[in-house]
Amino acid sequence: MIKQVISIFDKEVKLEWRNKTAFNGIVLYLVSTIFICYLSFNVKTGQMQTLTWNALFWIIIVFANINGVAKSFLQEGEGKMLYYYTLCKPQVILSGKLIFNVLLSVLIALIGFSVYALILGNPVSNYIYFLLTILFASIGFSGVLTLVSGIVSKANNSTALMAVLSFPILLPILLMSVRLSNNAIDGIDISLMNDKLFTLIAVDAIVITTAFILFPFIWRS
Amino acid sequence: MRKTWWKIIGVALVFYTLIAGLLMDAPRLAILNETIRAMHFHVPMWFGMVIMLTASVIFSIRYLRTGNQKFDIYAIELVNTSILFGILGLATGMIWANYTWGAPWSSDPKQNASAIGMLIYFAYILLRNSITDPQQKAKIGAVYNIFAYATLIPLLFILPRLTDSLHPGNGGNPGFNAYELDGRLRMVFYPAVIGWTLLGVWLTELRIRLSFIKSKIDEED
Repeated sequence: MIKQVISIFDKEVKLEWRNKTAFNGIVLYLVSTIFICYLSFNVKTGQMQTLTWNALFWIIIVFANINGVAKSFLQEGEGKMLYYYTLCKPQVILSGKLIFNVLLSVLIALIGFSVYALILGNPVSNYIYFLLTILFASIGFSGVLTLVSGIVSKANNSTALMAVLSFPILLPILLMSVRLSNNAIDGIDISLMNDKLFTLIAVDAIVITTAFILFPFIWRS
Repeated sequence: MRKTWWKIIGVALVFYTLIAGLLMDAPRLAILNETIRAMHFHVPMWFGMVIMLTASVIFSIRYLRTGNQKFDIYAIELVNTSILFGILGLATGMIWANYTWGAPWSSDPKQNASAIGMLIYFAYILLRNSITDPQQKAKIGAVYNIFAYATLIPLLFILPRLTDSLHPGNGGNPGFNAYELDGRLRMVFYPAVIGWTLLGVWLTELRIRLSFIKSKIDEED
């Protein structure tokens, strides 16, 4: 079972590695969005207010995630899905895809953060919490987006539907992360942040558990 | 559900709420004053909405377990009524907030969370409309409904509690339990919750029967 999960993950990585268009596309998307923000705000590096900095950062990350992670099931053709179905259990497919998507999502966030910090300045004071927030937010994002992309792949494959369906469900995770990273920027005492971090982890756990319970049903149809 | 006694109770309780809620003596609290009467019309909307959404999720789970189309119709019609209740809850809340907080929308966490909740269920309706195959529609709809509910609960019940809300009873504002006078409010409030919820269930029952008739006519054509 673990072997199967690893081979699915391996297949995703190899597929991504061989045609780097998808990954490069996301990176280019990130860089150009950040640069557009920089030009439109028309501020010098490090002069943006931290609240705006934070909100803008998360908006960019969410959009990049929707573009990047969403395609995980959309790119699979009908025949391929049927082929996987004969090979292994739905949970295995979901685990493989989920691990890959978490990795992709963390990568998007890290690259986004470094470019963003380079161009618009870096007000973060508590890095451990900022990076923890990025990690758990990425896990939550990819959990939601993987399942929603599975749902959308059954419904006419429209990308507009993808955004509409995932936005409201992403919002709880997004709001928690915005608040947490705001605290990490301000460098608030750690004891005050742990509560929120645990809530974020709990929301992640809820999302991923429901995804695992529900995925076999969309798979079967 | 065809029996009439609970409909009579529902209507009687709603009439009791209308008369007693508007005419009976209400405690005079600072800031709230007479607007406290809005509680009998605003808060039951949210109670009714959450109760009906919970019922809808239970029917969605039963649909996924049995594959009986009947349960799917229950689930979608309960969501429809919940959306009506949610819109009414937002509207009554905004009217009340206009007099108490000075503006219809004050970016209160509960207000925002319920608006996001509405977005989630609009997306659910959109998703259902974009799938043509009835079996597929029911299955994917049920999956999204359960997933949406799993993220709605932290949104409505956990996130607003992490920050101060302007709502009475939160963040040091006077509320329900803060005064010994609340007995008078409770005498109207609890019947109001039951009455409005029963009215919602009746509305749903009528719509369920209507859609059974519609599907029967479709079969005969």
